[in-house]
Amino acid sequence: MPKINSLEDLKKLREQAKEALKTRSGDVKVTIRTSMGTVGIAAGARDVVKALIDELEKRNFHDVEIMESGSLGLDKEEPVVTVERDGVATTYGKVTTDMARKIVAQHVINGQAIGEWVIARNKK
Amino acid sequence: MKIYRLHALICAGTQCISAGGESFESALRDELKKQGLTDEVQVVETGCMGACDRGPLMIVYPEGVLYQKLKPSDAKDIVSEHFLKGRKVSRLMWKEDEAPVPGLEQIPFFARQTKIVLRNCGMINAESIDEYIASEGYTALAKALTEMSPADVVDEMKSSGLRGRGGAGFPTGIKWEYAAKQNSPVKYLICNADEGDPGAYMDRSVLEGDPHNVIEGMAIAAYAIGASQGYIYVRAEYPLAIKRLETALRQARQYGLLGQKILGTSFSFDIKLRMGAGAFVCGEETALIHSIEGKRGEPRLKPPFPAVSGLWGKPTVINNVETYASVPVIINKGAEFFRKIGTAKSPGTKVFSLAGTVNTTGLIEVPMGITLREIIFDIGGGIPGGHQFKGALTGGPSGGVIPLQHLDTPIDYESLGALGSIMGSGGLIVMDERSCMVDIAKFFLEFTVDESCGKCTPCREGTMQMYRILSDITSGKGRPGDIEKLEEMGQLIKMTALCGLGQSAPNPVLSTIRFFRDEYEAHIKDHKCPAGVCKFSEAKTEAAIA
Repeated sequence: MPKINSLEDLKKLREQAKEALKTRSGDVKVTIRTSMGTVGIAAGARDVVKALIDELEKRNFHDVEIMESGSLGLDKEEPVVTVERDGVATTYGKVTTDMARKIVAQHVINGQAIGEWVIARNKK
Repeated sequence: MKIYRLHALICAGTQCISAGGESFESALRDELKKQGLTDEVQVVETGCMGACDRGPLMIVYPEGVLYQKLKPSDAKDIVSEHFLKGRKVSRLMWKEDEAPVPGLEQIPFFARQTKIVLRNCGMINAESIDEYIASEGYTALAKALTEMSPADVVDEMKSSGLRGRGGAGFPTGIKWEYAAKQNSPVKYLICNADEGDPGAYMDRSVLEGDPHNVIEGMAIAAYAIGASQGYIYVRAEYPLAIKRLETALRQARQYGLLGQKILGTSFSFDIKLRMGAGAFVCGEETALIHSIEGKRGEPRLKPPFPAVSGLWGKPTVINNVETYASVPVIINKGAEFFRKIGTAKSPGTKVFSLAGTVNTTGLIEVPMGITLREIIFDIGGGIPGGHQFKGALTGGPSGGVIPLQHLDTPIDYESLGALGSIMGSGGLIVMDERSCMVDIAKFFLEFTVDESCGKCTPCREGTMQMYRILSDITSGKGRPGDIEKLEEMGQLIKMTALCGLGQSAPNPVLSTIRFFRDEYEAHIKDHKCPAGVCKFSEAKTEAAIA
């Protein structure tokens, strides 16, 4: 453990420590929901979630909640991932692990939805 | 940095642990391993969440779902349904009127509280200084050291109006000012964690759940009065509190938040733990000081007050756990903020351990001035099983019973004093019509007799005589004139006992006589216990009738 030698040190440590508690704060920029019904899981939703988390970790982005939901009824589109950002819920279908990583990079972090994969869009 | 999509906060306060929380936690960890979720779910041990009789408790974020009464066998459902598939397990969720409640904000027990002292309790990992720092921890100390002079800190405390939460209610800022003004190169600071009232566990819960909050409050106090050594006197019967304190002290030293030249300033301060052997009298400040000095734990006459001559004859500030735990918020948010909560004469909040016959017992924090009715019926959910409220005991063995007709009394130092009770450290025991008030008075007096240190005659002999009379009354051997004798002796002890504990020992008897005199009379004249608690032998009853 490094010593905290000044007010600046303490502030730096606090900002860093706060990131780790974002999930508990209810105050995040982005919410990601993955359908975890039986069909979703069979179609590979678990691997998609792992890829999402892994990519977020790699890019050190913590301002996010990763939730799971029941099936949206879009069985043929599974795995289904919805990104809620800036008041819009954008749903992607047939998400692979590679797609999940790109969604994190482009949409979750930079706010650019990837149009060709979007299957639904709703204002929140 | 690692990202966990779920944070499972498991209450690791003493109550939840004794209700089986640890075996639930290990079952949960096993299940997480089985399902390959250990990388996605963070399991966190927190301090007391408050709703102790619904324990073991667990809060799951980001949803904020509260699960109650968890058994090891429930771990499988929670992991395979909620953690894996996002389906909350409604049969295990907190219920209001049989219906599962989605989050903490919708639960009256939590929503009606105001948390200052307990703000982190149950919300952060009790053994992580980083989580405390993430929750604005140590910013008050930093503010005091870098932006305020010691005199500024004293002034802020004085204008906050904070009063000693150990029970007597002496203004904290004025106590600090006395000590600050003493011209002595060596001064000491003590935290009184010798919580001894039967049924009270506020201080233990704060130490178990948010130890850094107390350490930070102490460091600020030390800066204000000019002390460089502090002591926490905690009873040895609190092993978990001691363990978490030791961890917290070690972490604070590693970060340089205790020790030499804190935050690069000239202020140096460290804290030592002292374990008490569990004598009630050692909660009295002068007895506690003697105990730290290695002497027999007996009180002495005041003055001189500890602020002038305390530990090893040096100026010493001694405050209770909850008092110190209130300090960081006052320094961070200002005296004005604190004054807006509570009443004019008793600003701020008070932590109570709500016990007895009430639906939801546990640890609560409420603004001063709240009524007993709101605490018992709104937060505690009322009296179970269709029974009737009879009285509530505040202040433990030094307090008294507040009866039904005073249910709307605002809770503050003065109002409780006017009713012959005291605020005390925060024990609050609710009783219904099945409790016998004479028996309750006897129970607390028996405690006092046991715990009397014996130094002064009024307490040593007087409480014993009062206890004998109460034993007679509750076994059908009461005599006319007993009530008057109890009153006379009680007043005498109040006036002549050496320390605060002796002086307040008669309170439970005097207060129950004041509000339930008819019950005493029924025992003596009619050989009847209206509550049906005291058992009189047949022979005696017949003799009395004859």
